[in-house]
Amino acid sequence: MIQLIAFYLFAVMVVGSAALTIFARNPVHSVLWLILAFFNAAGLMLLAGAEFIAMLLIIVYVGAVAVLFLFVVMMLDIDFAELRSGFARYAPLGVLLIVVLAAEMIFAVGAWSAGSLALSQRIAPTPDEIPNIQALGTLIYTRYLFIFEAAGLVLLVAMIGAIVLTHRARGGVRVQNVWQQNKRRPQDAVRNINQPVGQGVEL
Amino acid sequence: MIGIQHYLVVSAILFAIGVFGIFLNRKNVIIILMAIELILLSVNLNFVAFSAYLHDLVGQVFAMFVLTVAAGEAAIGLAILVIYFRGRGTIAVDDINRMKG
Repeated sequence: MIQLIAFYLFAVMVVGSAALTIFARNPVHSVLWLILAFFNAAGLMLLAGAEFIAMLLIIVYVGAVAVLFLFVVMMLDIDFAELRSGFARYAPLGVLLIVVLAAEMIFAVGAWSAGSLALSQRIAPTPDEIPNIQALGTLIYTRYLFIFEAAGLVLLVAMIGAIVLTHRARGGVRVQNVWQQNKRRPQDAVRNINQPVGQGVEL
Repeated sequence: MIGIQHYLVVSAILFAIGVFGIFLNRKNVIIILMAIELILLSVNLNFVAFSAYLHDLVGQVFAMFVLTVAAGEAAIGLAILVIYFRGRGTIAVDDINRMKG
């Protein structure tokens, strides 16, 4: 019973906040609704028993992606009112499309639950006695090790790409030249002299 | 008990909302990127639901990879957005076909 209540709570919240994400006038509010949608989706995944993915969703999406979105929305000075001008014009076609799309998907769910497909080929059955994260880690670091490392490579390429794209060399700024600093030796820079008394210092 | 159909319907609605968001905010790239994140979220929800239903962990492993690619896509997309804004002073998608090189 409590599971059912929690499921419907999370489901209604995720659908509602997703709708508000796309309807909100202010993009900052959109990002905040998106964060709420991610939290509630994490709750849904928690109910399904995928604890690690749920926590990952909160850490990656709420902690990184949503903050990135907020950062960009607040950093760029954009006239959002002008961008919303075609709102009503695009809506009817969109409504038609999504009604067809959603009806098709829900129809497919109905057809599938009527028993037309047999999905019983298990590749990695969920073990009952060990926790979710342990089972997932065992799987990732053995059978899917290379794919996992490829995923890391994807993130590395994304990071380097984002830096290369947004970095700009600005002229007229005095920056530290580390190579020159490291190349400098004491004998080039410092001179010890025995200064006689009463004579001026030669510079 | 909650059946998998419930999860699939929620996921389908979420996917449709994401597609609708792309249609509705056709000029604003930031909202389009957020709508894409919603679509990927619905896909992940499907993966996790089927993983739980079939007692098979591969769905969760794949959901993790989808999450990775989604994070990379958001980073690259926002970086492109920033340089586009720097060059043109607006993020209206209508003008993007004027980009050269």
